[in-house]
Amino acid sequence: MTVHRRSVLKYVLALGAIAAWPRVLLAARPDAAFASEDADKAIADLFGQSPVDSDQVMMKIPDIAENGAVVPVTVTTKLENVESISVVVDNNPTPLAASFNMSPKSVPSVSVRIKMGQSSRVRALVKADGNLYSTSKEVKVTIGGCGG
Amino acid sequence: MGKPIKIRAKVKGDVAEVKALMPHDMESGLRRDAETGELVAAHYITDVVAEHNGEVVMTAYWGPAVSKNPYVSFSFKGAVAGDTIRIQWQDNKGDSSVTEAVLK
Repeated sequence: MTVHRRSVLKYVLALGAIAAWPRVLLAARPDAAFASEDADKAIADLFGQSPVDSDQVMMKIPDIAENGAVVPVTVTTKLENVESISVVVDNNPTPLAASFNMSPKSVPSVSVRIKMGQSSRVRALVKADGNLYSTSKEVKVTIGGCGG
Repeated sequence: MGKPIKIRAKVKGDVAEVKALMPHDMESGLRRDAETGELVAAHYITDVVAEHNGEVVMTAYWGPAVSKNPYVSFSFKGAVAGDTIRIQWQDNKGDSSVTEAVLK
């Protein structure tokens, strides 16, 4: 097998990049919140506060998800000083699906595709200016997406 | 070494919109193999970092409920065509992948 210099360079560069992986981020992953089997506990664990429903948080997600393995979600907000955007699927085995941390340069808008094991309330949580806001939607799932 | 990330990044005004597709099985650990009946081990991306010109603009923590071959989109300000965006992920087994792209 011919090893091209190009691919060797790519691997070396990649290894160098991984060595530079911001270690503080790995240490900061909220593992307990992700492992929680209860949605409210996961939220309490992640934020240490309860969310307040807000029409300043918008979530685009289908009313009916034909395929629970791939449910597209988009969360946007009009709030300022957004620190993070998270998605919680109440009836999933582990409700906390994803959490996105913003930077001062971020536009507070994220899209991701998630798995839903069954029909469930889905919540989008936005932490802004130290406060926690949320919006939710009941999503019907035709074919569950957690496997088995 | 994980598979490379497909990145599409466009600038409109001074806002960059980044779309990334990350080939990854994202096994939740709850699925049973169709033939053996054994549980397929959990194997999913846990951390994602996005940098713009070397500065972190977004980090994400994921659980197994993110879909297979994750597609994610996010935006940030202060971007100019020609700037570099770098995205890297790490999964629960220690695999990782890092890809760079140029903002168009």
